[in-house]
Amino acid sequence: MTTETHEPTVSQRRPDWLWHVGVLAIIGLWYVVYGQLIPFSEWITSLFPVDRHSHTGEAIAFFFYDVPKVMMLLTLIVFAMGVVRTWFSPEKTRALLSGKREGVGNVMSASLGILTPFCSCSAVPLFIGFVSAGVPLGVTFSFLIAAPMVNEVALVLLFGLVGWQVAVTYLAFGLGIAIIAGFVIGKLKLEGWLQDWVRDIHSGATVPPGIEDERLSMVDRYRLGIEAVREIFSKVWMWIILGIGMGALIHGYVPEDLMVRIMGAEAWWSVPVAVLMGIPMYTNAAGVIPIVEALLGKGAALGTVLAFMMSVIALSLPEMIILKQVLTMRLIAVFVGVVASGILAVGFLFNLIF
Amino acid sequence: MKTVKVYGPGCKRCETTEQMVKEAAIKLGVAIEVEKVTDAKFIAMAGVMSTPGISINGKLVHAGGLPDTAKLEGWLTA
Repeated sequence: MTTETHEPTVSQRRPDWLWHVGVLAIIGLWYVVYGQLIPFSEWITSLFPVDRHSHTGEAIAFFFYDVPKVMMLLTLIVFAMGVVRTWFSPEKTRALLSGKREGVGNVMSASLGILTPFCSCSAVPLFIGFVSAGVPLGVTFSFLIAAPMVNEVALVLLFGLVGWQVAVTYLAFGLGIAIIAGFVIGKLKLEGWLQDWVRDIHSGATVPPGIEDERLSMVDRYRLGIEAVREIFSKVWMWIILGIGMGALIHGYVPEDLMVRIMGAEAWWSVPVAVLMGIPMYTNAAGVIPIVEALLGKGAALGTVLAFMMSVIALSLPEMIILKQVLTMRLIAVFVGVVASGILAVGFLFNLIF
Repeated sequence: MKTVKVYGPGCKRCETTEQMVKEAAIKLGVAIEVEKVTDAKFIAMAGVMSTPGISINGKLVHAGGLPDTAKLEGWLTA
């Protein structure tokens, strides 16, 4: 064992003002670069020996505009959300939700689901943490539905590739499904369908309270924002390129009337089929949205496409396997049934309206 | 000898955290014994709500995300 002392690392850190200036400068630079993306994509496309107006030319221009655009939007928003989330720890969210009545509790819970950092690998500890602190089951479900479904990656990609109207709609209806599904599950009084060990916790809390919030400086929050960007990108960059590549191909080559026939609003059965197809498919929002955009562009109905997307993201087999540790199969079936009904309703409603 | 528990179901960040703990201990010359807790039930029962979490001699010091290196060294020497 050595006895050398180590230098305190704090003194080596850059001063705070440098961070603030740096963050501002990078946001400014971001804005300037973002404005140059169309000329950039046209320039890249002109380097290829193809006619700009051919299918191939279209596909290339689409790819080289969308990839940098989406990457830049993601960087900015994920960083911002990463910083914002440092104020919403799971512990704090739990304290806000514990003992809340159903109704108000479901609305708060779904909204906090967007702001609280969440990773599906922590779904079980989080579930237990909520239940042990007296957060009602239905309110906990609102959180667990909203947190993965309404996330900034999905919203940014919808905004960047499809348009802000669809992004806002997705946000509103995603929240709506989480609130209503959680409320319904709460009303069904299914506490008895939890796994035994969870039921024991539910009736008498024996779980330690967890850690208190660390006090963070603004620079710490920036660092966590940067960490979030790194984390998300390491997970999604390949999906984005693959997804947009697929999208570019569909954009350039798939005949329009094919999609109208399969996924158009006239085919009523397309919504349930989209939801069913989405359950075993598991990818993050990044992989599915570029395909969504291209399908929409070729005449697939908005409701059908959104239903497909929500089903892929919110109902996934891996997540159910994780939840199996705390919920009985019956309760998982109810969970899937209620959420799938909500998604179906959104799909039909959209096809009817738009 | 400090007993360090790293809580996490085996995601990449949990492995990185374990690595960081070991490296920090070697750097500081602190003797530690690392135990990985991967069962979601035991993670939950330790009061960890987001993983990876770290406890040292039974006291929970961290939950959620990678630990800050400077803070980690502080916990190990405390």
